[in-house]
Amino acid sequence: MGSRRGQVPATLLLLACLVYFALPLAWLVIASTKSLGDLFSTFGLWFAEFNLLDNVAETFSTDDGVYWLWMRNTLLYALVSAVGAAMLAALGGYGFAKYDFRGKEILFWCVLGSVMVPTTALAIPTYLMFSRLGLTNTPLAVILPSLVSPFGIYLMRLYAEAAVPSELIEAARLDGASEWHIFRKIAFRLLAPAFVTVLLFTFVATWNNYFLPLVMLSEPRWYPLTVGLAHWNALATAGGGATAAFNIVICGALISILPLILAFALLQRHWRTSEPSMPATGR
Amino acid sequence: MADATGRRDAHGRHQLAGLAFTLPFMGLFLAAFAAPLLYALYLSLFRERLVGGRAFVGLEHYVEGLTDEAFLGGVARVALFLAVQVPIMLALALLFALVLDSGQARLANLFRVGVFLPYAVPTVIAALMWGFLYGRDFGPIADVADRLGVTAPDFLGEGVLLWSIANVATWAFTGLNTFILLTALRAIPREVYEAAAVDGAGAVRTALHVKLPLLRPALLLCTIFSVIGAFQLFAEPRIFFAIAPQVIGKAYTPNLYVFNLAFSDQRLNYAAALSFLLGAVVFAVSFAVMYASRRLVAR
Repeated sequence: MGSRRGQVPATLLLLACLVYFALPLAWLVIASTKSLGDLFSTFGLWFAEFNLLDNVAETFSTDDGVYWLWMRNTLLYALVSAVGAAMLAALGGYGFAKYDFRGKEILFWCVLGSVMVPTTALAIPTYLMFSRLGLTNTPLAVILPSLVSPFGIYLMRLYAEAAVPSELIEAARLDGASEWHIFRKIAFRLLAPAFVTVLLFTFVATWNNYFLPLVMLSEPRWYPLTVGLAHWNALATAGGGATAAFNIVICGALISILPLILAFALLQRHWRTSEPSMPATGR
Repeated sequence: MADATGRRDAHGRHQLAGLAFTLPFMGLFLAAFAAPLLYALYLSLFRERLVGGRAFVGLEHYVEGLTDEAFLGGVARVALFLAVQVPIMLALALLFALVLDSGQARLANLFRVGVFLPYAVPTVIAALMWGFLYGRDFGPIADVADRLGVTAPDFLGEGVLLWSIANVATWAFTGLNTFILLTALRAIPREVYEAAAVDGAGAVRTALHVKLPLLRPALLLCTIFSVIGAFQLFAEPRIFFAIAPQVIGKAYTPNLYVFNLAFSDQRLNYAAALSFLLGAVVFAVSFAVMYASRRLVAR
């Protein structure tokens, strides 16, 4: 394809950038193998005495093994939110794509416009409402808001318009199938690729979320990994100097990103060929 | 006659079915989005008093916000941030996407994975990691600088910190934007390229004159999402507060300020008003971006 003239500069450019993207992660791996003392006293980009197993053991035993709970919570919040959001988006997107009802377009644009509302504008009143309902500091406080995925509705509607032929629906109706039956037996299968995309994006977005759980949860036993590690880091920094447990913050950070990195590497093929998708926002 | 009635019945039934399919989502949307938003609007118009309870103050909080230097300073800071960081990040993402799509580079698969990996790292963890990298105590950048006999810049200092945060955001989000642009490029029918090749266009000319114009919708999408993200910067400054408390303070970004007002100062009503002002800014800037992009297309 084309000339080979551009190959060398293009490859060099990509290599330089690859170093930029990979180096921080390489540092994290190296730093995870060091004892607290070696972190301060040895060269950052090379190994010292191998202390990884001790760091891992310390990470999982600190504060009565609260790290296990953070892992469980993260998985719970991400999994339930992802499956729920994808189901709701499949139902809603199909409804928006294949039916006409009064106020449809207005509703749809309200949903899309909602991505512009700052997370704080929602988090404060949601916190107040949830606290009145006794939901704060429970998993539901994190999961319920995460189920609303405007991006999911948008993607599903586009996808359903293209992937579910109206003739197929009409034919099924003539055969006497109910609307629900048509969705469950015919449309849902055709929507599967978009369903997986919404599932993955919501999973990653909830896994990475920080603001919402920070606002909603007050007890460490309900924290996800992000809030928990930030909590440990603040404690370590406040402790200062060599008394601070930076080694478990670093090792905990490494362990926390391994599942998603492994999943991405394995799913690379799928992500490359999947439907056009949009990002989950939030920084 | 009977037929017409039957059709109307069918139509009505379909209307109901359509509503029923969207109901679960819309119900939750109303409960977890619309209701809190209205509640926040209500809160922003009142003041809590120790004696006498809640008092209506109208737009007082909004007026206060428009003259609050901490708030305006934060908005100006993130505006500066996005004016610099978003173009750099999107230019990088565009370059990567075009190079990867052109098939002109070796190691393309390795690079695709490498550039996308940071997306698997939560922003909080990215900020923690870069915080260590920037640090003087055991940061490798300071180590390398020491070995070279020079002093590393103070990444956490007053003038530099914003760009240190911009670097974290660029590191974390370039891959996602590359992914979106690459997906959009893959959706362009191959015949378009073949036509360009027949006309004698090389890889670079094809990229600039054929692919770039077709990428405009995807680029607009990336820009809007980056703008929304930049105005909501929170995790990075919140994490960096631990290592640079003097520089970050309580109002480095608008979201951080609103968070601190609401949850440390208990000024929930004022915080609600500020988040609406911030929302208005996000809205205005997003529309300005869309308008500018439409003007560009029209030319």
